[in-house]
Amino acid sequence: MTKLSTKHLLGIKDLTTEDIQLILSTADSFKEVINRPIKKVPSLRDITIANLFFENSTRTKLSFELAEKRLSADVVNFASSSSSVKKGETLIDTVNNILAMKVDMVVMRHPNPGAAVFLSKHIDAKIINAGDGAHEHPTQALLDAFSIKERLGEIKGKKVVIVGDILHSRVALSNIFCLQKLGAEVMVCGPTTLMPKYIGSLGVKVEYNLRKALEWCDVANMLRIQLERQEIKYFPSLREYTMLFGLNKELLDSLSKKIVIMHPGPINRGVEITSDVADSDQSIILEQVENGVAVRMAVLFLLAGRA
Amino acid sequence: MMKPRIILDSKHFEITVTRLCYQLIEVHNDFSNTVIVGLQPRGIYLAKRIQKKLTEILNKKDIKCGSLDTTFYRDDFRKKELVPSITEIDFIIEDKNVIMVDDVLYTGRTIRAGLDAMLAFGRPNDVELLVLIDRRLSRHLPIQAKYIGKTIDSIASEKVKVEWQETDGADKVTLFSTAKD
Repeated sequence: MTKLSTKHLLGIKDLTTEDIQLILSTADSFKEVINRPIKKVPSLRDITIANLFFENSTRTKLSFELAEKRLSADVVNFASSSSSVKKGETLIDTVNNILAMKVDMVVMRHPNPGAAVFLSKHIDAKIINAGDGAHEHPTQALLDAFSIKERLGEIKGKKVVIVGDILHSRVALSNIFCLQKLGAEVMVCGPTTLMPKYIGSLGVKVEYNLRKALEWCDVANMLRIQLERQEIKYFPSLREYTMLFGLNKELLDSLSKKIVIMHPGPINRGVEITSDVADSDQSIILEQVENGVAVRMAVLFLLAGRA
Repeated sequence: MMKPRIILDSKHFEITVTRLCYQLIEVHNDFSNTVIVGLQPRGIYLAKRIQKKLTEILNKKDIKCGSLDTTFYRDDFRKKELVPSITEIDFIIEDKNVIMVDDVLYTGRTIRAGLDAMLAFGRPNDVELLVLIDRRLSRHLPIQAKYIGKTIDSIASEKVKVEWQETDGADKVTLFSTAKD
């Protein structure tokens, strides 16, 4: 297998297990590249990429931009807050105008689920979904898988628990698809109100007690409470959430084995995870960020290589 | 279909590699400022073999040999299916004499990419090219090898296959035709 089965990266759901493995092994090569004295390779020097961010982002945007630049692509950036979207232009019009400037690939983050799929049906460029509402965030799941593999050697047979706001999390959904395709066991843990009602259909374990979930797992992925997506109150107070679902050092040290701690960022220190846990040697949060660039380089490289 | 023709059998293979090593020693003496860089995926076997032979002849253990992957530097990665391999160069190339090693020199495009890829590890003093087989009539770029195991005349529909003791069980080079007749 040397080629992806898909032209776009819209979600993990569309990828085969071989696709995911190809991306991870290509990312291995790029991780070596970004640790060289000269971190740049010329692979995409004839490609122009537009980064369209209709929603705020720090890590993902920087990470994609860095990945694109390390591959020598030409990059144009777009943030909806400073654009004509505010004047009432539709998504297709905005993107078609950008494509008229001869752009080969589009990296898009959008608040609406399915925005990337919609775009891929209407325009002629390769689309990479950098997060569409509460639906999918494929590159995050790929970099999480890469980081787990790097720390634990393999993913098959490992137990991963995703803790927190499952209902509003695109990271959770993409991670579930990705880890299951790679043969890991997945559990979700969080308040009942933040558990989607279709969760049973995804084939994951559900646990409402954080201690039990942590005792079961090898890896805990702690999610942020997405207050910006919550129109109503799902739990009485953040403080109560922290008491029931926050991970602190005391709880971590009382477990019978050393588990790996992950977080997709941005961290709300003291809410879902305390500072001493986030900065402990069990945490691979910063490795995730470093690996993010390598994994995104792999995705861009492989998609650009598809005619 | 044409029967595959053996270009080098295991006996001649050994003689050729030994001769290449002595040619290198003629120019590079004790290899104190010279490093070997094998191009992935198939050039590394020759590079390792030469390193081993030189170690025997010179009785010197620290001859440096790295492997370089050129995938990300190729000009044809959208036309071919390429799989990146490992780059492993744990020494500095800056101001060194580099012997770039590949198994077959054909269009010269791999070497072109290799020269580009190498610059990420420093500015070498001098670069020379060593190949086991030179298909001299098929160059697309003005690139020539300084050390050549064997020169052959072949046409585009023919393929050169280099087999190694390490991966294929025996050292052998064969030429076979891919044309349907």
